[in-house]
Amino acid sequence: MIIKHLKLSQINGSLVTLDNVNEASNEEIVLLKVEDGTERMGRIVKIDGSSITVQVFEGTRGLSMTNTVTTLTGKPMEIPLSPEILGRTFDGLCRPIDGMGDIFPDERRDVSGAPINPVSREYPRNFIQTGISAIDALATLIRGQKLPIFSGSGMKHNELAVQLVKQAKIADGGDFAIVFAAMGVKNDVAMYFRNSFREANVMDRVVMLLNLANDPIIERIMTPKCALTIAEYLAFTLHKHTLVIMTDITSYCEALREYSSSKGEIPGRKGFPGYLYSDLASLYERAGMIDGVEGSVTQIPILTMPNDDITHPIPDLTGYITEGQIVLDRGLDYRGIYPPISVLPSLSRLMKDGIGEGYTREDHSTLANQLLSTYAKVQDAKALASVIGEDELGKEDKLLLSFGKDFEARFLNQGYSENRSIDETLDLGWELLSTLPRNMLDRVDDKTIAKYYKG
Amino acid sequence: MQENKIFGINGPVVTVKGHTDLQMMETVYVGEKRLIGEVIRIDSSYTTIQVYEETTSLKPGEPVVSTGLPMSVTLGPGIIGNIFDGIQRPLTAMRDKFGAFIGRGADFDSLDGERKYKVKMLVAEGDSVQCGQVFAECPETPVVTHRAMVPPAASGEIISAVSDGEYTVGDTLAVLKTPDGRELELKLSQRWPIRNPRPVKNRLPSVKPLITGQRVIDSVFPIAKGGAAAIPGGFGTGKTMTQHQLAKWCDADIIIYVGCGERGNEMTQVLTEFSEITDPKSGRPLLDRTVLIANTSNMPVAAREASIYTGITLAEYYRDMGYHTALMADSTSRWAEALREISGRLEEMPADEGFPAYLPSRLSEFYERSGYTENLNGTEGSVTLIGAVSPQGSDFSEPVTQNTKRFTRCFWALDKSLAYARHYPAINWNNSYSEYVNDLSDWYRDNVSVDFMRYRDEICSLLLEEDSLMEIVKLIGADVLPDDQKLVIEIARVIRVGFLQQNAFHKDDTFVPIEKQFKMMELILHLYERSKQVVARQIPISRVVATGIFDKLIQMKYDIPNDRPEMFDEYKNEIDILLDGILK
Repeated sequence: MIIKHLKLSQINGSLVTLDNVNEASNEEIVLLKVEDGTERMGRIVKIDGSSITVQVFEGTRGLSMTNTVTTLTGKPMEIPLSPEILGRTFDGLCRPIDGMGDIFPDERRDVSGAPINPVSREYPRNFIQTGISAIDALATLIRGQKLPIFSGSGMKHNELAVQLVKQAKIADGGDFAIVFAAMGVKNDVAMYFRNSFREANVMDRVVMLLNLANDPIIERIMTPKCALTIAEYLAFTLHKHTLVIMTDITSYCEALREYSSSKGEIPGRKGFPGYLYSDLASLYERAGMIDGVEGSVTQIPILTMPNDDITHPIPDLTGYITEGQIVLDRGLDYRGIYPPISVLPSLSRLMKDGIGEGYTREDHSTLANQLLSTYAKVQDAKALASVIGEDELGKEDKLLLSFGKDFEARFLNQGYSENRSIDETLDLGWELLSTLPRNMLDRVDDKTIAKYYKG
Repeated sequence: MQENKIFGINGPVVTVKGHTDLQMMETVYVGEKRLIGEVIRIDSSYTTIQVYEETTSLKPGEPVVSTGLPMSVTLGPGIIGNIFDGIQRPLTAMRDKFGAFIGRGADFDSLDGERKYKVKMLVAEGDSVQCGQVFAECPETPVVTHRAMVPPAASGEIISAVSDGEYTVGDTLAVLKTPDGRELELKLSQRWPIRNPRPVKNRLPSVKPLITGQRVIDSVFPIAKGGAAAIPGGFGTGKTMTQHQLAKWCDADIIIYVGCGERGNEMTQVLTEFSEITDPKSGRPLLDRTVLIANTSNMPVAAREASIYTGITLAEYYRDMGYHTALMADSTSRWAEALREISGRLEEMPADEGFPAYLPSRLSEFYERSGYTENLNGTEGSVTLIGAVSPQGSDFSEPVTQNTKRFTRCFWALDKSLAYARHYPAINWNNSYSEYVNDLSDWYRDNVSVDFMRYRDEICSLLLEEDSLMEIVKLIGADVLPDDQKLVIEIARVIRVGFLQQNAFHKDDTFVPIEKQFKMMELILHLYERSKQVVARQIPISRVVATGIFDKLIQMKYDIPNDRPEMFDEYKNEIDILLDGILK
């Protein structure tokens, strides 16, 4: 028997409260039928005896105490899954919006997911060639990794993400299935991604979930959960290597803040809820590989740092969970360098085990270390030059400055569709280092020098 | 018995209405699925329970079953080499039951009840035993002998005992009759509540260093066995890497590695790496002396809060057997955040940055469980605590870092700019400190060299001097400095790059014996002393630099293998010949 509840007892932001509900279970999905005929979906977030609090995904506009009929579904949020979802476009709650009809599900799955048992994980160590020198050489992407892009408004993170999708290649061949989740992005951005996927001819292996800037924020909170459930299905049930692009995490966190404050929770830093870390972790940790199962989930979340501040809670907590980060720099962007990757704060934690002999090339880690430590010294030389002038610099510092310019103009800078192989990238690195005398290369042993150094 | 039913649910917090017979801090089973929970607040109208698992699909009206026992762990053989979640459920058994993803509501025996151990009994019928006394022992792994002890509160006479043989953790090995007439079965395993420190006879001063093989730690900021240290650092500064290095190479007998709210892949890495790497001392895989506790960031938050206590209780148990144990907690900030999250759900009044007001007292309770002790059974053991701290926004003034600083005596501050320049370990020598230096100086004098502390102080003062010189260099460049100051800068570069920086991936450099560390310091300072003579004779220091001897010293960590200390004499000769030549 399905019980219908005819009244609401409180409406506050996106939350409604119902009294005298007896059969509710935590995080169950409820359907709210409004008098005007529309149906909305909600989720139970709090139970106090017979009083329940429901979060309404589509917002509470137009609801009154009496015009809404609520039914409990008895189930947590589930989405339909089948191989047909590839090539389709959905809204933020995984309902088709491309006019191609419903999905006939092979199975339905709870979107909250379950944590992967650390014992069952396989440690990721397969190099993904992105064709972008700054990433391949210095912050290598590994299959099964979660590597976010820290950007700022107006910088070229979308272009970078598209280039990654187009060029990403696993060493043993094979293509990625792509799950694209848009959270609170502008319509043009979503269009740009769709057109780029179409141009690159990858549309038939892309699943798109779109929650645009004017869509309800509660829906936005569910979007990445749906996207990752799809990704897990593609990866571990259909055994595809899956790349998940989530943009923009900042909008997601702000939606969470809005929801949390309407719930009256005690805020942590900058008004974000105290559980922001756990919440983000429950998304990011869904990347990975499982021992003995073909398929993987690789995540590239994109977030725009408010005011370019890397210590803001969103990039800060993200950095503590993800396995490294790619940081974009406005200074480089202004100078027209694309991709404007600031290599010093960028890092890939899984890189050390996925490069070198048998993966990329024996000299990779030495070269990366030397390039980074030399480039760090370039910054010191630049700082000194801005005080005493370039002419007054010592010989070494002058060499460093010219190395720095070359490095930015030739190594970092590349075309939107320029796809450099790992060998090209590494050779270019050595070519730049060869402009410096041997004694300035303190991270390289003699054997490597003999083989690669041409100065 | 009264039946308790769920009334309210809010995230991981569940309430039961009315007066209940539930006790504070006792373990309960919540709901039809029997999720594990703990009672955290009782008032006249509600009893509040935090649940250690996801509460999705829980309903009001489902039962809450009391166990009458506080949150406890099972102590016994089979702990070492195992990997547990935050409330000591074995993750391998969970994989066998649920598959790759962690399911809910399962009650697992922490220790394998089937496995038989070869037990040697140390007591016989009629013996009188004291609390904490070892009554039996068995090999747990090839390097660890497990000593089964009489529980801390019990003593009396053995009224029956089995003979040597093969037994499981559940078998009764002996029966003890206490003076008040109770009979107590002694088994290989016992239970202990995780929030209570295990008692000891005496606390002893910490005067022996924990040798880690990391130069910046052993030689510059040493930690004592039984000490407590904090490693604060922003993301990407190498906290986890440093913790891994310590877990691999430090000379404790038992390592407890707690991954508290960190990445799943990191735990996998520890698990695979530690079963591959062999311990140089025993020749066995490192996993034979290691226990892993994994509560990754996406596992339930309440269990994350418990994981730290589970870890320290295991460490204390092995300490009681007379072992030196070290606990690495990565990261205590996640634990503090778990406290904050639960406190928020309870609608408690927040203090600094939303953390509960009891954060400092919880932190101090935790760090005070470290120590070098005389145990109840007369053995000596220690628990060393090394906690990573992840300050928000790399800001060391936040509450967790500040409070941790108050209760630890060793502070290894990781530095972003060092990490960006790929200087690892990125321990900043200007704002790190160790209060153990004085306590340990006698040990260094007796076991390494009378000069050790003098050299260490000299190295530190050179680094300090360089730091203030760099202020000038940043403004006007290095060329204008007088030669004696140029020498300081050059020698400090050798100290920084050649000594403090250490390569975890190099076979010799990943672990450096203390004797080699001493010789390296000696050689660097020898070069400094000889170069000072050059400067005193008004000869430009650039002539010494041009010989490449400074760069050669920077490379000595790679060029001199750990087992060839005699090579230091060759280096010393070379320095003397070179500088004698210049002085002529």
